[in-house]
Amino acid sequence: MRFIKPSLLVPLMALVIPGAALAQSPTYKVGRPPTEAELHAWDNVVGREGKELPPGSGTAKEGAKVFAGKCSYCHGATAIEGPAPRLVGGVDSLSTKSPKLTLGSFWPYATTVWDYINRSMPQDNEGSLNPDQVYAVTAFLLFKNGIIKEADVLDAKSLLKVQMPNRDGFFPAKPEATAKNGNWKPNWNQAKQASR
Amino acid sequence: MNSKSRDRRGFLKRSAALAGLAVGAFPFADAQTPQGDTPETRPPRDLSYGERSRFESSVRTVTLGGPRDVIPGLPPGETGQRLTPLQDSTGIITPASLHFMTARGSRLPDIDPREHRLMIHGMVDRPLVFTMEELKRLPSVSRIHFIECAGNSGVSHYKAMVKALELANSPALTKSTVVIQQVHGRVSTSEWTGVLLSTLLKEVGVQKNASWLVAEGADANRHAKSIPLEKGLDDVIVAYSQNGEAVRPEQGYPLRLVVPGWEGVSNVKYLRSIKVTDQPYYLKVETANYTNLTPDGKASWYEFQVGPKSLITYPSDAHQLPGPGLYEISGLAWSGRGAISRVEVSTNGGRTWKDARLQQPVFRKAFTRFRLPWNWDGEETLIQSRCTNEYGDIQPTRKELAKLWGDERQPPVPRSDVENFWESAPIYEFFSNPIQPWRVTRDGSVHDALYKA
Repeated sequence: MRFIKPSLLVPLMALVIPGAALAQSPTYKVGRPPTEAELHAWDNVVGREGKELPPGSGTAKEGAKVFAGKCSYCHGATAIEGPAPRLVGGVDSLSTKSPKLTLGSFWPYATTVWDYINRSMPQDNEGSLNPDQVYAVTAFLLFKNGIIKEADVLDAKSLLKVQMPNRDGFFPAKPEATAKNGNWKPNWNQAKQASR
Repeated sequence: MNSKSRDRRGFLKRSAALAGLAVGAFPFADAQTPQGDTPETRPPRDLSYGERSRFESSVRTVTLGGPRDVIPGLPPGETGQRLTPLQDSTGIITPASLHFMTARGSRLPDIDPREHRLMIHGMVDRPLVFTMEELKRLPSVSRIHFIECAGNSGVSHYKAMVKALELANSPALTKSTVVIQQVHGRVSTSEWTGVLLSTLLKEVGVQKNASWLVAEGADANRHAKSIPLEKGLDDVIVAYSQNGEAVRPEQGYPLRLVVPGWEGVSNVKYLRSIKVTDQPYYLKVETANYTNLTPDGKASWYEFQVGPKSLITYPSDAHQLPGPGLYEISGLAWSGRGAISRVEVSTNGGRTWKDARLQQPVFRKAFTRFRLPWNWDGEETLIQSRCTNEYGDIQPTRKELAKLWGDERQPPVPRSDVENFWESAPIYEFFSNPIQPWRVTRDGSVHDALYKA
């Protein structure tokens, strides 16, 4: 880098603020601490480390029954037919002329599958599956994609060990970098070069 | 400019759109005999919350080919996408009633603001729960910003539209469906009022190693999105007002995030939880979609910022020019990075460009209205606009954008493959900001020349 553009200073300055905020006491003294019940109810978006996963477990066999009853209407009997997005197949298709983006071929983490089923499915009755059912449907879909075995038990520990085929299919490899270097923009400088 | 866009054909198109899409009750329903009522005979209006004139008919339309179109048996939803009629826009503010929306589930949340809470937790010294009343006690800001869906203007929307029209086989629907709304209508601008998120983060005390936020809504599918902490400390607004009144239900009532200049999916509605973390959460909307698959099979993720973009809104494919003569070309430009500094317009297929006049003041990360008088000689031509932001980023053509995507591949893809990829890939492409050319034909009709060359 030849020089620091003024535009880069803003994100750099922003980086300093977390530390500064740490040292300060609250200014307005509004709000109250959450109750345990509130934390329990609202702190369950599940990240890659799975810290928020609840107890429970399920297998593909159990999941097949849940899927047939709750999911197949939109996704089809084997999760391929649709009309909702197909969930199975497509591995090794991503660099072809007709890539098939399914949770098996494209999604990088099994926690994402669990989290989405848990909070956002089934459509029109979101959040209605209990943790065992969510583990079971996740197991079923991973099994149908050939990622785990039919008898494998998924729970808060084993889910984190699942290696998705497209784990390394995204760039930049570490999205954390976008938070650290303040690079919020896509490559519009390249767009500029391409257009001039 | 508005009077010009209210030509007879545009009127017919919009009426047909209402009939064809069966959007239900609308205020125009009693307008078959608009001349029949006189001020003396009609019942007095309820003016406590005003309505527009019954002679006005500009409406949002639905995305064609959405899930409720393809999954039989789902009850009619009030969710899905509703698209802003940019062809009728004037100035820079989108009326809240016409602001585009995307919502999942079957029904919009119906939240009592007295019951609503925002919890901020995770890597903080003092996790806190705020009521709406408490949020409104805090120092507030009002800022004008656009919100744009990351998928707006994408070729997938064009393809879905064409396919849905084929399936519907309805000449009325085909006639009333316009590219400027169906392909580009996922962007709007409002004045948003609320508390800066940085103010709230100061209250809770963000811990040293924190670097991300995970925001979650109280809607049916509990939409959630990871956002870098730096952005949260910069200009993100926890908004409760839109254009001077409470945020509308379809916009996240009573509370939403406004993440200026970033993809629409970040602007979490019905906001109830913000967790401070040290990593993104790899959620569905940041891995399975809202990512860009490139020809080599690798996908870019965690892109956020909308590129420089502009669009001629009049004349566009919703309009019919009555004949040669003087017209004011008018349109919108916006950029997720800084302010629009220049908009150029070409009326001869890109051979020459003229600077358009920019409506003042120009706001950062907001619509900028541009205008340029044009004397149409009655011959067929292409009209288009391109914008530049204050950092010198220039809006690309569609071909340049395709090339940009191809550049991600090592070794570089042959140009022909990139073009083919752009045409054929059954993927969703995001941050699509190509120059939109409109073809004006000798009969005065205007047609899309971006996707239908």
